[in-house]
Amino acid sequence: MEAVSVPLEHGLVLAALLFSLGLIGVMVRRNLLFILMSLEIMLNSTALAFIMVGARWAKPDGQVMFMLILTVAAAEVAVGLGLLLQLHHRFRSLDTNAASHLRG
Amino acid sequence: MLDLVWLVPIFPLAGFLILFTTIGKLPQPIAAAVGAGSVGLAAVVAFSAGYVFLADGMSPLTVTLYTWMNVGDFSPGLSFYVDGLTLIMMFVITGVGFLIHVYSTTNRAVFIDDEHHSRFFAYMNLFVCAMLLLVMGDNLLLLYMGWEGVGLCSYLLIGFWHDDPANGAAARKAFVVTRIGDTAMALGLFLLFLNFRTLEIQPLMAKASGTWVLGSPTLAAFLILGGAVGKSAQLPLQTWLPDAMAGPTPVSALIHAATMVTAGVYLIARTHELFLLAPVAQTAVALVGVITLLMAACTALVQTDIKRILAFSTISQIGYMFLALGVSAWSSGIFHLMTHAFFKALLFLGAGAVIFSLHHEHNILKMGGLRKRLPVAFWSFLIGSAALAAFPFTSGFYSKEPILMQAFEVSPWLWAGGLLGAFITAIYSFRLVFIVFFGEMRTEPIEPTGLSGTPWAMAIPLLILCVLAITGGWWGEPQVAAVFPEVSGEHHAGATAYITSGVPLVGIVLAYLIFLDGRLKVTALTESSLGKVLHDFWFSHWAMDWLYNALFVSPFKWVTAFNKKDILVDSIYDGTAATAAYVHTLLSQTQTGVLRFYAASMALGLVVLVAVVLGLT
Repeated sequence: MEAVSVPLEHGLVLAALLFSLGLIGVMVRRNLLFILMSLEIMLNSTALAFIMVGARWAKPDGQVMFMLILTVAAAEVAVGLGLLLQLHHRFRSLDTNAASHLRG
Repeated sequence: MLDLVWLVPIFPLAGFLILFTTIGKLPQPIAAAVGAGSVGLAAVVAFSAGYVFLADGMSPLTVTLYTWMNVGDFSPGLSFYVDGLTLIMMFVITGVGFLIHVYSTTNRAVFIDDEHHSRFFAYMNLFVCAMLLLVMGDNLLLLYMGWEGVGLCSYLLIGFWHDDPANGAAARKAFVVTRIGDTAMALGLFLLFLNFRTLEIQPLMAKASGTWVLGSPTLAAFLILGGAVGKSAQLPLQTWLPDAMAGPTPVSALIHAATMVTAGVYLIARTHELFLLAPVAQTAVALVGVITLLMAACTALVQTDIKRILAFSTISQIGYMFLALGVSAWSSGIFHLMTHAFFKALLFLGAGAVIFSLHHEHNILKMGGLRKRLPVAFWSFLIGSAALAAFPFTSGFYSKEPILMQAFEVSPWLWAGGLLGAFITAIYSFRLVFIVFFGEMRTEPIEPTGLSGTPWAMAIPLLILCVLAITGGWWGEPQVAAVFPEVSGEHHAGATAYITSGVPLVGIVLAYLIFLDGRLKVTALTESSLGKVLHDFWFSHWAMDWLYNALFVSPFKWVTAFNKKDILVDSIYDGTAATAAYVHTLLSQTQTGVLRFYAASMALGLVVLVAVVLGLT
């Protein structure tokens, strides 16, 4: 059976697009929930790049890195959602600009 | 017995500790007894040691108490070196010192309350201890400690009556000016140590003729000469001594006439091997001596303050000692040091009696006719002045003549300078006697007059010093010849000797004709414009104070006034602080508190970094 292989370039371009979308999302959104979601997109785009590279050279390293990123993302979401709840609790808002008292 | 010589400085030190720890608690008679007694005990030990030393054939001895410090190959000991020179100095310090202490026990010499009394004797005892360390130390480090110790005591005692700011200023001036010389001396010691890795005087002098790694004997000798001219008030550092007369009169007698100011003479005599290796430096010593003695003699001629006259005569007489050292008349220099201690202490103590009797009057033009009213002071002054003027058969005659004769051997010019100085010395010393004790009385003395009015504690030291001032030279030069090399050339008694002896007599006769007899009128000379200028010039001691004020004191004061708020140094630190604060305000602008801005900054930074890395590779 012939395996359908996706060219490496396609995967990497997709990963780069996803990463840029995520980064733009982090920079332009003010809602903390959307910022967290954009962060997830960035993490997953990186994971995708690892998978693609691992498959190209047929090495398990890419999948090992994917597992690691998955774990980090889970931890990040736990902390991020905790912060989100605190933000909402304090300011009755999810706007990060509301929490900009710490300025020089 | 000679091993116990370390007891000599211990007694005054103990006296100082007792008096200083109980200050103001001991009643006056006990404080006086402790103060004078400690020096008396030291004198007894010193004289016994001298007797043993002579009986033992005068072999030098080193007594080590313990090693002071041990740093690498440098281990100076707290150890004393005793030879003829040391013993002569010890006799002068403890003997004359004891007489002056006894004199000071009378109330009218110091005339102060209990606390002052303890303080006075404490400082005096500390001085005697430091001075003994100076002359007894077998290494230059111990000598330097004594050297600074006497400087400290001199400072404390000049400013003894510190309620008057002028006395404090005089004390500071003495301290600062002598410190200039001390710095030079310290540099000299460093140089000697760098070359020979030791400061013990005898080995050092033995090695000095060897090779010098750094510098030369001339440089070291000049640096040591710098210390000597500071302490001994010679050109160009002599300006402090006249002002030092602000202290009590016994202090002037002990420190600023008999002992401390002769420390420079002792130092050069002690390191004479070094000066023999450096003929230029030795010539400089002679020139400094001659110039100083002439300048100070001319100045003494026109002064009106009794103590300042004596101060300038002290500078002048130390000039003779320097002249003696400069022409290799080592023994004669030390001989003159000894006789000078006798007659100058006598003159100062006599002056103290006069000053007190006349309500602290210092101006000799307001004195006069005291011969009958203060006979003890009069005879003290007459004998002291005769010895000072080198009147034949007084002690000063025996010590001054060999100096001048040896100077003639080296250079007739040095001899002529010294002789001119001797001539002026005779005039000014008898001017003092004739104005103060003869003629009409201008100020009535307060004390009960006559011999009965002088306390025994005052009269006896004066009497002993009178005897010493006359007979101190009858036994010839002290037994220090073994310490010094032979003086080359024999003195031929000829016309030179007769002129040398006769000139002071001419001076005395001239002083008689001018100041007592009145036959010789000098008003035409003194009233002329040149005479007035010369008088003012000499009265201000050749304008040296003015010169130093203009050269050093005024510029320094200008700089300090300019820099009163410390702008020179502070601007560096203030500038650093201001820059940091400005950078801080700039950087704190970036702390907006907006999360998205931080994220964007990070992204931008990352892009820049990646671009840089890519650009580099």
